[in-house]
Amino acid sequence: MSKIKKLNKTTRSNFITYAIVIIAYILSQIFSSAGIMSNSLRGQLVPICAYVVMAISLNLTVGIMGELSLGHAGFMSVGAFTGVITAISLQDSVTSGPLRLLIAIVIGGIMAGIFSLIVAVPVLRLRGDYLAIVTLAFGEIIKNIVYCLYVGMDSNGLHIGTVSIEALQMEDGATTIINGPMGAVGITKLSTLLAGFLLILFSLFVVLNLIKSRSGRAIMALRDNRIAAESVGISPSKYKLMAFVTSAILAGMAGTLYAMNYSTVAAKKFDFNTSILVLVFVVLGGIGNIRGGIIAAVILTILPELLRQFSEYRMLTYAIVLILVMILTNGAKARQFLERIKGSLRFIKKKSDGGGAVNG
Amino acid sequence: MTVLSNLINGISLGSIYAIIALGYTMVYGIAKMLNFAHGDVIMVGGYMAFCAMTYLGWGVLPGILLAVIICTVLGVVVEKLAYKPLRSAPSLAVLITAIGVSYFLQNTALLIWGSDPKVFSSVVSLPSLKLFDGQLSISGVTQVTVISCVIIMTALVLFTSKTKIGKAMRAVSEDKGAAQLMGINVNSTISVTFAIGSGLAALAGVLLCSAYPTLMPTTGSMPGIKAFTAAVFGGIGSIPGAMVGGILLGIIEIFGKAYISTQLSDAIVFAVLIVVLLVKPTGLLGKPINEKV
Repeated sequence: MSKIKKLNKTTRSNFITYAIVIIAYILSQIFSSAGIMSNSLRGQLVPICAYVVMAISLNLTVGIMGELSLGHAGFMSVGAFTGVITAISLQDSVTSGPLRLLIAIVIGGIMAGIFSLIVAVPVLRLRGDYLAIVTLAFGEIIKNIVYCLYVGMDSNGLHIGTVSIEALQMEDGATTIINGPMGAVGITKLSTLLAGFLLILFSLFVVLNLIKSRSGRAIMALRDNRIAAESVGISPSKYKLMAFVTSAILAGMAGTLYAMNYSTVAAKKFDFNTSILVLVFVVLGGIGNIRGGIIAAVILTILPELLRQFSEYRMLTYAIVLILVMILTNGAKARQFLERIKGSLRFIKKKSDGGGAVNG
Repeated sequence: MTVLSNLINGISLGSIYAIIALGYTMVYGIAKMLNFAHGDVIMVGGYMAFCAMTYLGWGVLPGILLAVIICTVLGVVVEKLAYKPLRSAPSLAVLITAIGVSYFLQNTALLIWGSDPKVFSSVVSLPSLKLFDGQLSISGVTQVTVISCVIIMTALVLFTSKTKIGKAMRAVSEDKGAAQLMGINVNSTISVTFAIGSGLAALAGVLLCSAYPTLMPTTGSMPGIKAFTAAVFGGIGSIPGAMVGGILLGIIEIFGKAYISTQLSDAIVFAVLIVVLLVKPTGLLGKPINEKV
């Protein structure tokens, strides 16, 4: 323990984050094998992992880079469908399930990264609200494109079209991979809790190290004061691009993980609401606080399962909580009020400590 | 002739977007915030008019009036409760709060009216206008929408340039601190802006539901996002910009639907937005922002 105390503050905090994730993994592994966990909760384990990765990745954009992204689910969608296509087309050549999942996740991440490069061109020219609207537009475009995307596979390889499955003119016995509005069909479930856990560790490793690095400090300097940062020679385009693309790659990987947990996934799954859901995780966990985002993602995914009878009120509660958190943490009056409470608490504490403060 | 009729449909849809975008743009100009909940005020307006006309059996005009009044009050109350405490907060916080308000309105509507779509009977009973020996017909809703858009637009321009409150609004959007020093009540000016914007949203809601007669708790969100896009497209903060952006967006959408692909029309609209922002980062009629160090 004394060794941990000697480490500097950031390293210690990162250490705690890793420890929490590892302990949570071990606990959920024990619970699910001991049969204490309900079936519906066990089915939620992989989606929770995917959402945790999403929360980590969006935190990089919103918290560290300081730009609001309203289309993060778009990258998730790109990753999900690319990953599914990869996994199904490799079904015969790569027989090992985990290896196929790994390849799918990597390709899904890379594809999301490529898309983010395309979006990054306008994104880097814009700031604040304009940037938010472009990411929103991007998310909607992706959803629309997947809606009229038809992908199938036969012995000649992949067929891609935008009209219908029949229009692809495939041989008999061909596999349909993406069927327009129905989304991806016929997925072999490959995602496991272990895969999710490893992906969380990977994204934590990437993001925490990025934050701690020279580039991470440059990104945060740009967030805090762009003009000052530019004047000391930090290139906004380079560092923002770095953060944005990293964030998108992680989101794409999370998307693949998520999609490979179901037998069918529709494009509707990755709409504006999902983007907002992930944003809620980040905001409730504390913007820029990676650990908080992870905890919020886990709690907010489990909570609706536990409160099934109140499911109608779930989104309403989210909305109210979102507004209240924002007002309490950012409102001038609320902040003064909290300060006053803190002050009086400190006062009471001092009093109850007795004469301890006399010489202090 | 189909081109002409598509053009007219586009202008009609664009007029609705323009009315909604006016609310976005005015609020942005004065409070420097994106009121994401604006689209849901449209939905509330639609439901209010629907309830008044279907359940209470009121006429068309009282129904519209009720919708406008309730939405105006709603806009002011939301501003007072949710946005006012965040006047000096970072824009990210305000934007997230607005998203929260939007979700709040949608889910409240879901609890009250359920998720099944309601069929909205058109408030317009004008006959369609037949031109060129009946080759081109313009429906009553289209006529009313376009005419009301022109009236609202003219009225707003006159209001902001001639009246005292309008001038106060422009002053506050220019420089809040200086306006306050000149004796302008900033808080009430912002409230008036929200009131006007929300009232317009209610009107847009009624017009939208008359043209596309299904009413659901999520009815407002897509037109809201598109009107927001229109406001950004035309240069957010500028009233003529909202008008131009809205109508162009409507035309692009209808033409995209007619000539490219029905399913991809939304994607086309958003792609055009991204391209416009690439070329002119502050929109078509927006003023360039100079940053002071």
